[in-house]
Amino acid sequence: MYSRNLPYLLLLPATLFLCIFFLYPFVLVAWQAFVSDTGEFTSEYFMEMATHWKFNTALTNTFMLALAVVPFQIALALYMATLVNGMKRGRDLILYVWTIPLGISDLAAGIIWLAIFEQTGFLNSMLQGLGVIEQPVGFLGYQSKGTIFLAIVLAEIWRATAIVLVILVAGMGLIPKEYYEAAEVFGASRWKQFTRITLPMLKPSLQTAMILRVILAFEVFAVVVALGGTNLPILMGEIYTWQYDLRDSSVAAAYALVVLAISIAFTLLIMWGLRTPKGARV
Amino acid sequence: MAEIRINQVAKQFGDTHALHSIDLTIADQEFLVLLGASGCGKTTLLRIVAGLETASAGEVWIGDRRVDHLAPKDRGIAMVFQNYAVFPHLTVFENIAFGLRMAKLPQSEVEKRVNRTASLMHIENLLKRYSGQLSGGQRQRVAVARALATEPEVLLMDEPLSNLDALLRMEMRAELKTVLAESKTTTIYVTHDQVEAMSMADRIAVMNKGHIVQAASAVDVYRNPAAHFVGSFIGNPPMNFLDAKPLGDGWWDVAGTRVKGPVGGQYPALQLGIRPEDIVVHDAPSSAHPDSLSATVRVLEPLGSHLLASCKVDNQMLRVVLDSNASAKPGDQLHWSPVPDRIRWFDPATELALP
Repeated sequence: MYSRNLPYLLLLPATLFLCIFFLYPFVLVAWQAFVSDTGEFTSEYFMEMATHWKFNTALTNTFMLALAVVPFQIALALYMATLVNGMKRGRDLILYVWTIPLGISDLAAGIIWLAIFEQTGFLNSMLQGLGVIEQPVGFLGYQSKGTIFLAIVLAEIWRATAIVLVILVAGMGLIPKEYYEAAEVFGASRWKQFTRITLPMLKPSLQTAMILRVILAFEVFAVVVALGGTNLPILMGEIYTWQYDLRDSSVAAAYALVVLAISIAFTLLIMWGLRTPKGARV
Repeated sequence: MAEIRINQVAKQFGDTHALHSIDLTIADQEFLVLLGASGCGKTTLLRIVAGLETASAGEVWIGDRRVDHLAPKDRGIAMVFQNYAVFPHLTVFENIAFGLRMAKLPQSEVEKRVNRTASLMHIENLLKRYSGQLSGGQRQRVAVARALATEPEVLLMDEPLSNLDALLRMEMRAELKTVLAESKTTTIYVTHDQVEAMSMADRIAVMNKGHIVQAASAVDVYRNPAAHFVGSFIGNPPMNFLDAKPLGDGWWDVAGTRVKGPVGGQYPALQLGIRPEDIVVHDAPSSAHPDSLSATVRVLEPLGSHLLASCKVDNQMLRVVLDSNASAKPGDQLHWSPVPDRIRWFDPATELALP
């Protein structure tokens, strides 16, 4: 039954799937972004995108959000993973509870936080009940971009830290205990054990977690729409606007390629930044 | 440079007693080996001295300090682990320097000590490599160098050679012995390998089921086992034990033959212990050896330096070391007698040797 072609045969379905649903759409998008109606190569759509007044704002906002969310999430997840790994009992329970937000769609998560921050939301009624404020405050109004930004950061941290946590907990579990015992005997404090043993040996997991989170952070959409509407333009929001409101697929495609380029650039950057020197692999 | 005193140290894991009230003093600069089968508590005892495990009761003293409440790093110890625990993400240099960096020694001192210990362990040409690029033996050397670089008062080694192949183990054994003698540290060395223990130790502490059965020099432990367990655990092949019934007046019946033994009627039965090489074989029963015993040869194992014969004596196992030229065949009757001053007597009730 076995033949030399069998492995390729078994790979065929997955390859076909990837070609039809990933490679083909990608080529279509690139075509749309670079080729004009008359069939010539053009950079006109990119020019239109870049000169539009919302492009710079969207780009800046997206970067600012990623910058505010991802490093904090990584730090928080590291802390939480250390706590979980240090637990003797109830470890699984805590892990399950902490990962509940993973099961909620990002739009639903956005709506949950909207229910907290909106004018008739929980935060306002609580503050009013405590007598801190006289009247409900419009936290998410178009003049208060700062609070919108903060609300989105909070919602994103609440929603997506758990995926980093899960990866890091698994990674920490793979570090042999003997290394910590050796470090302890040779005088490393808890903090030194963390910086000198855990962090360097966690590099492969950190790499995975960061790539995943950074890519998702640049694709942030539903939470922003739920909390900020169009008050806080972001790249994914602009793709949506150009595609469905302005009915210009070509500029939307150009945007999509920008998001793709950023994702690839950051993936390479993270892979380089957290590379393990040759020979130092376990 | 310090003496280690272990006072009444006990350890329980739930209902299991891993260690029963251990008392042991290790002299300054002594090389003590904890020897025992797996699960006898030897590693637990070492880890209690290291501070990686907390004793359920008792005290540990290093020099004139009581250390059992101190963190490992405050005990003045260094340790070599069974799986080496050489950090894979650090170079050999940084591995050896680890303890020195933690102690915040100046760079010049770090370099000096790393280079010195590296050349002591013959790994000075590997300093830039990572652990993944080293062989098992080289990793072992790094682990020892890392421990020696901190110039500890006490060096603890947990089966450091057990992951090496036989030839390398023999080489490292001799080398470690030399290096440690020069370093003048007090060393506790855990192993289940009796050859390793006997060849390296100043003193061997034989452990069984959470007790130290005997702590003495290699020769003493071999010649004068304090208990049945020691005799059967140490020596390859182990000591022979034959049942003896009292005949009165210091004579004992061993497999139908009279043997001179301890006087005194307080023992209903004894066991005669004799090492396989302490047996004299006679050509034939003769009047010159009226008290010789007989044994039936079952299996012969030619081992090069000698011939090992497994025999039956009155349905009990007896192993005899014969000359490699001996012409014995399975089924032969062997006439033998034990070398009188090498006979040891054991009380089967307590399993201890008679004083």
